[in-house]
Amino acid sequence: MRSISVDRVMADQRAASFTKRSIKTSMKESGLRLALSMVDLTTLEGKDSPEKVKSLCRKAITPDINDPTLPSVAAVCVYPELVTIAKDALGDSGVKVASVATGFPSGQYPLDVRLEDTRRAVEAGADEIDMVISRGSFLAGDRTKVFDEIASIKDACGKAHLKVILETGELETYDLVRAASDLSIAAGADFIKTSTGKVAPAATMGVTLVMLEAVRDHYLKTGRHIGVKPAGGIRKAKQSLHYLVMVKETVGDDWLTPDLFRFGASGLANDVLMQLGKLREGHYMAAYDFSEA
Amino acid sequence: MNARLEVTKTYKMYVNGAFPRSESGRSLPVESVDGKHIGHICHASRKDLRDAVGAARGAVNGWKARAAYNRGQILYRMAEMLEGKGEEFAQAIKQSTGDDLRSARKEVIASVDRLISFAGWADKFAQVLGCNNSVAGPYYNFTVPEGTGVCVVVAPDEPCLLGMISLMAPALCGGCTVICVGSEAHPIPTSILGEVCQTSDVPKGVINLLTGQRAELLTWIAEHRGIDAIHAANLEHDEARQLRLGAQENVKRVRVRTIDDDAWFETEECESPWWIEPFVEMKTIWHPSSA
Repeated sequence: MRSISVDRVMADQRAASFTKRSIKTSMKESGLRLALSMVDLTTLEGKDSPEKVKSLCRKAITPDINDPTLPSVAAVCVYPELVTIAKDALGDSGVKVASVATGFPSGQYPLDVRLEDTRRAVEAGADEIDMVISRGSFLAGDRTKVFDEIASIKDACGKAHLKVILETGELETYDLVRAASDLSIAAGADFIKTSTGKVAPAATMGVTLVMLEAVRDHYLKTGRHIGVKPAGGIRKAKQSLHYLVMVKETVGDDWLTPDLFRFGASGLANDVLMQLGKLREGHYMAAYDFSEA
Repeated sequence: MNARLEVTKTYKMYVNGAFPRSESGRSLPVESVDGKHIGHICHASRKDLRDAVGAARGAVNGWKARAAYNRGQILYRMAEMLEGKGEEFAQAIKQSTGDDLRSARKEVIASVDRLISFAGWADKFAQVLGCNNSVAGPYYNFTVPEGTGVCVVVAPDEPCLLGMISLMAPALCGGCTVICVGSEAHPIPTSILGEVCQTSDVPKGVINLLTGQRAELLTWIAEHRGIDAIHAANLEHDEARQLRLGAQENVKRVRVRTIDDDAWFETEECESPWWIEPFVEMKTIWHPSSA
């Protein structure tokens, strides 16, 4: 596959330009509501328990009990072991269950183990699988292996949507981010996702722009829509608006939907709720007005 | 040879351990009492206040959890640094207020002493405000004070340094983190105080200093649900009322004092542990006295 070279300086400059827009009042409110509906409410810690996941699911369905007009978030993202709990808790609310799989977060496991991990998560009821690529193989130049792995995991997903995590913080250059994006899309990804959230830097505007451009080019070539999910490090409502501006001006309005753009975040939803609360009540809210999970 | 151009200081705010300008990009000119331009200070917006509250909220658990003795050490260190910059403060006060240098220095010295006084109180006020309660049963029963949380100080116009220090120190001593809106009439000492904080081992976010126009910020202070207490002095009647009305939003502790110019220098009045009391919550603990 031919690799496309990315000018890092220009990409970063362009990404920074999306942070300069003034978005106020009603535009801000609708932007924040849209951002909330795109959140994959995430908990990926060793200490995750069924109760924490149930609590997170309640929050996913009704993010703020003081404002029933707010949309639910897009999905709850958990480890495979907790998929059943999340599925039961979410019921027919329309909120999806996303499960990380394939030896998350390192991906350093044999393929058969990673495939089994995926199948089990799907059998448990996961609507979406967030897989990690083998960064080691990719950086070693064994791209065919990575392609084949993604393709076989896509098969194992069945009807579940596949999000491919590139872990851009480990890919070093934008050229490699672009190459990994193109490779993942060609291998069957429904979504490409920046990061596990376990490696710094996680999502950045520049990296997400490079991935959006890969998605745009694929669309122009094939007419097929691929989703993008920046994850990790997006904590502020204002940042989410910057990302939405970037999506609109890079891939267009088609992508301004939870079906094609997501935020992987644990803290973002509360900041969005705080800002929406400020718009609703006319004064600033306290962090403790909103539940942690 | 050309005369050397004086290198003047850019007066900034102090928020979360850094020296930002206002996010709004606004500034206000400051003039000396005889109308000479002294410089510009940052004109804080409600968003600067919001950011400062975020910083103070983030720092509050760490500040509360420190040993009271250590909080005292840090306040003492502030006093040391304030003493070291004493002449700069005195000149700034003199230039802005028109006071003679002698009274400006007197204010600086009183400010240093006030910090030292509350540094001393830090590990002692709990013995005065707390108590050991007598209960019918095999238990010890203690009531101990703990910092209320995030406290906003609205400093009086004068004395610009001593007023600000006198209102901040008790809240800090009690375990609160502080956001101070400095003197509107004489804001430069507020800006310089940030340099004292930065060199005194004050953890970031524990002290945040804003400059600008009080009237613009009061409503937002009053109604912000992330603020737990307010300590102010010598406000206009309407300003005080505004702060008290906002308290209903989240049951803030609001203390607005009226203090004459000379009274700020009275140690018995202004260094009392009862100045700490409005900024602590009382926690009662039961403990078995025998197995």
